[in-house]
Amino acid sequence: MSIEDKVMAVEKAFGALKALGRDPTRLEFDEVISPTEATLEGRRTILLGTNNYLGMTFDADCVAEAKAAIDRFGTGTTGSRIANGTYELHKSLERRVADFYGKKCAVVFSTGYAANLGAISALAQRGDYLLIDADSHASIYDACRLSDAEVIRFRHNNPDDLAKKLARLKGKPGDKLIVTEGIYSMLGDTAPLAEIAAVKREYGAYLMVDEAHSLGTLGEKGRGLCEQAGVEADCDYIVGTFSKSVGTVGGFCVSDHEGVEILRSISRPYMFTASLPPAVIAAARQSFDQIEANPQLREQLWRNARTFYDGLEALGFELGPEVSPVVAVKLSGKEVAVRFWNALIEAGVYTNIAIPPSTPGALSLLRSSISAAHSREQIATALDIFAQVGAEMELIPASKADRRRLAAAQGALRIVTGGGSPARPIDKQKAHTEAKTAAER
Amino acid sequence: MATLDSVEDDIIRLLSEKVEGDLKLSADTNIVSDTGLDSVSVMDFVFELEDEFGITVPLDRISDVKTVRQLAATIHGLILENA
Repeated sequence: MSIEDKVMAVEKAFGALKALGRDPTRLEFDEVISPTEATLEGRRTILLGTNNYLGMTFDADCVAEAKAAIDRFGTGTTGSRIANGTYELHKSLERRVADFYGKKCAVVFSTGYAANLGAISALAQRGDYLLIDADSHASIYDACRLSDAEVIRFRHNNPDDLAKKLARLKGKPGDKLIVTEGIYSMLGDTAPLAEIAAVKREYGAYLMVDEAHSLGTLGEKGRGLCEQAGVEADCDYIVGTFSKSVGTVGGFCVSDHEGVEILRSISRPYMFTASLPPAVIAAARQSFDQIEANPQLREQLWRNARTFYDGLEALGFELGPEVSPVVAVKLSGKEVAVRFWNALIEAGVYTNIAIPPSTPGALSLLRSSISAAHSREQIATALDIFAQVGAEMELIPASKADRRRLAAAQGALRIVTGGGSPARPIDKQKAHTEAKTAAER
Repeated sequence: MATLDSVEDDIIRLLSEKVEGDLKLSADTNIVSDTGLDSVSVMDFVFELEDEFGITVPLDRISDVKTVRQLAATIHGLILENA
């Protein structure tokens, strides 16, 4: 098959969906106003698809630290740590991440994707076994392709299936590394980590947990599902990203196993890509301070998540299995999902669309990610728009949308969306501070 | 002990429960392009085969599998290895 043939095949697969409106892979925002708002096609739009769980992208302290780092250290490192050396900034961020988790060692990568690729492919080598949850993120699957280990899938969130597969490996030489996630990004469900940790102990395997969506969102200190499930000692390796709750870019692997330091010498995604620039490091470091110091942000996030989940459920939408910062609406097919996604954008709400084959169980989903920075008014307005558009498209009973409208008429506040009005200039840091103050209230 | 033919028959029986319409399955059926199943559904079908035959199917063992016949040969090989 020629390159042109491959291009044609992709166009054929996605052309019909693109014809229904926008291309989800090429959406362009005019301006991002705050963690929760942007202008899109000239419309003020509520952002419900950013993974900006704590609204950290406009945190005043993070922004100030990033600016100061640029002034002092410049805009970049212009190469990898192997070639261009490690800056004190890199070391201080690694110490900060290790301290945050109460672990001995941390290795920082340039993205969360690279952290999974780099940690998994280097820790599991030829003769070893990788046991991965079937619904693992693409970065975990890609890491398996980069590793020479034998890869075994176990049924999603199913410790019994995992145990069965480990039992079949009994007596076989080689390390067994189980890879699971904290919060799964498509449906917002959490792993049964206590049970998985028990299986790991029983069979003498290692356990790696990807806390990409659970760092900052779960656990008393925000350390994620390992903390919340009380199994931090069983989690040999925790990987994660700075691109969600932390509000910038980068990834990490933390561990009490000092051998994790070997990643610096054998992990290709660590060794052969440019290291994080100073501004990013400074923002990430400050963000960990904020996550630690402001548990009220997490409380506000969960209040918002509960309100949004319950609101959508009351409207009659079919949702993911549990209340979570990731709220997924299940739809009957790809075309319906694309139409709904487009109609919500036109009404002033941006969500993520997820369709087969990148979704579990061939589901077509509209995925919202909730933030502590969303105001109550934004959550209410988003629900109103879901109700209105959902009823118009006959995805939910009109009676349920009417009920919400009647309730809203009794005094709910509104922010203006839609209508093509141009964005007014906003003090972005002031907006974030106001969100933080609202959370503290 | 399952034979290659019996494994093939079992795969056709289990796969026919997944496939919609009147498609007549055979050893030469291409599991993805002929059945309408997407790649994720095929991977989930492998879970059923693992339970049916009491084996584990590593990802690299099925990466090049296209037809029912090839899948049966892979599964049968794994049964023999685990015997």
